[in-house]
Amino acid sequence: MLSLKNLSTADRKRPLSNLDADLKSGKIYTILGRTGAGKTELLRAVMGLDDISGGHLELDGQDLAKRPVRKRQMSMVYQQFINYPHLTVLKNVAFPLRRQGLSAEDASGRALVALELVGLAGFEGRMPSELSGGQQQRVAIARAIVKKARILLMDEPLANLDYKLREKLREEFPRLLAQNADGIILYSTTEPAEAMQLGDEMIVMHEGHILAKGPPEEIFEAPSTVEVAKLISDPPVSIVDGKIVGGKLVLGETVLPENADLKLPMDGSVKVGIRPDALSVGGDMPATVVLAEFSGSDTIVHVTFEFGAAVMLVEGIHEFAPDQSIAVSMDTSSLLLFSEYGDNITERRSDG
Amino acid sequence: MSRTYNIIKYICLLTWAAFVVFPFLWALSTSFKDANAVTSGARYIPWVEFEPSLQGWTSLFASGSQGINIVTPFMNSASVTLLASIVSLSLGTLAAYGLSRFSYKAGFIKNADITFFFISQRIMPPIVLAIPFFLMLKELHALDTIFGLVIVYVALLLPIAVWVMTDFFASIPKELDEMAMIDGCTPIGAFFRVVLPNSTAGLVVAGMFCLIFGWNDFFFAFILTFTETQLLPVAIVSLNSSVTPWWSLSAFALISVTPLALIAIFVERFMSRGSLAGAFR
Repeated sequence: MLSLKNLSTADRKRPLSNLDADLKSGKIYTILGRTGAGKTELLRAVMGLDDISGGHLELDGQDLAKRPVRKRQMSMVYQQFINYPHLTVLKNVAFPLRRQGLSAEDASGRALVALELVGLAGFEGRMPSELSGGQQQRVAIARAIVKKARILLMDEPLANLDYKLREKLREEFPRLLAQNADGIILYSTTEPAEAMQLGDEMIVMHEGHILAKGPPEEIFEAPSTVEVAKLISDPPVSIVDGKIVGGKLVLGETVLPENADLKLPMDGSVKVGIRPDALSVGGDMPATVVLAEFSGSDTIVHVTFEFGAAVMLVEGIHEFAPDQSIAVSMDTSSLLLFSEYGDNITERRSDG
Repeated sequence: MSRTYNIIKYICLLTWAAFVVFPFLWALSTSFKDANAVTSGARYIPWVEFEPSLQGWTSLFASGSQGINIVTPFMNSASVTLLASIVSLSLGTLAAYGLSRFSYKAGFIKNADITFFFISQRIMPPIVLAIPFFLMLKELHALDTIFGLVIVYVALLLPIAVWVMTDFFASIPKELDEMAMIDGCTPIGAFFRVVLPNSTAGLVVAGMFCLIFGWNDFFFAFILTFTETQLLPVAIVSLNSSVTPWWSLSAFALISVTPLALIAIFVERFMSRGSLAGAFR
């Protein structure tokens, strides 16, 4: 088990503050956060590439802080496709095995298996510069998994790939990561869908802090704070100010119809989280289109209501003009309620 | 449009090539002339405009009043330049790697100050250094010796090596060294196994600068040697007497420039290729 106990770093760009987490063997942990959230800094601190300024980092109860990078039993895949330019693909993948003391023959044998696994059989004699970006990253992944390290760190490994390649490699990841089934895998990403799809558990980071950790579906269903809610879906959950008046939820001048499942708190101000799929075209709430964009087979529509701005996910491709007036309906059953301080206070009757 | 562009391009290239090549042709032509052919006007084509003579070349391997034997100065120059370049490049590369990868701080002195300290050694006019070097070598009983010249040349070439290599290492992503350490290398192992093999272009450039500055230096070779250890540039000057032997000087100049030209042609392939292609994206 890898334990982060009050872990802090003094990184000038993004210091990490008092991170606590117990990461168990055999699990994939996805770290979700925007650019600059501290994901890379966390991975670098775990790897020993950046110094820890406070707290402890332990692997199976042993302090890792004093252990040099090469003895940490870890491997890493960078966002950039880092390979050794002067070595062939085969020698690149065999490199860590050779450093472990394996003979050239044994190392090459295992490297060939890893290359086959990442779909690069037949490429072993090529130089990295002779490969496409996707293939270069596959070499880096093969080199990382061939070690069967205790901890595998992946820092946004798909970020620099084009959409198609990203989708393809993402589909292959569960099979590839199964090679490190006994290890701990930390996978950082800015994409909520990727974090949900790959992670057994998810860690949500923001400005050097861990905001939430747990099974992805739990975090998605009940984000602990406004910040978490904003991060866990793409398009994001829209946050607007509202109030509870006489047992009814009021947004601006709009009184929302009661929902049997949503248990409203006492009268007072609240922040309301509107999931993008809670809004749909057609209804009695007037809205103005700000921007419409296509994402795959869906249309993402940014609208403004009299009570604030929100993002709406519409299935299929639809044309919307800027400043177009539309009528929208809202499914209040999936609304999230937060206190003025941003803590989740949503209660559902169905939760018991 | 493209035809006109090509014509203009080749005219420019040929003009430039003529500027570069013509002095060599002139020297080559002159080296096969005798005194009469040199002083009787502009003549360039052998057998047509003048009768070629080997006097210029043979005098370089003669001795006494027949000319000067350049074999010893050539070997001295080669030894001093090669030794000083190898030492400078080795020390300079290690220093540059340290400066580009690790942070040093001693009071107000930081990495940039240390790098500037190295470079500043080349800012001073050579004459400022001449007397201290002379006194230092005198104390070491190393005046007029290859060993003494190597020490001085290392001091002169080291800043060049540090300067070029610091700049080059800065262009190599430090993630490459980190990856090597993650894969099981010590920091020094990462340097030798990964960084150095990918630094060919930088090493070649720094090495070329060291060789050029070392090989062509006249000032310190002149000040710090007397009769025992003569270097090539000093030997060339000693050819000059009441009558300037242009034919010998030309042959000498061609011999002097040949090693650097050959090395440049050999190492050019290492400079033109992007050695870091495929390292990162």
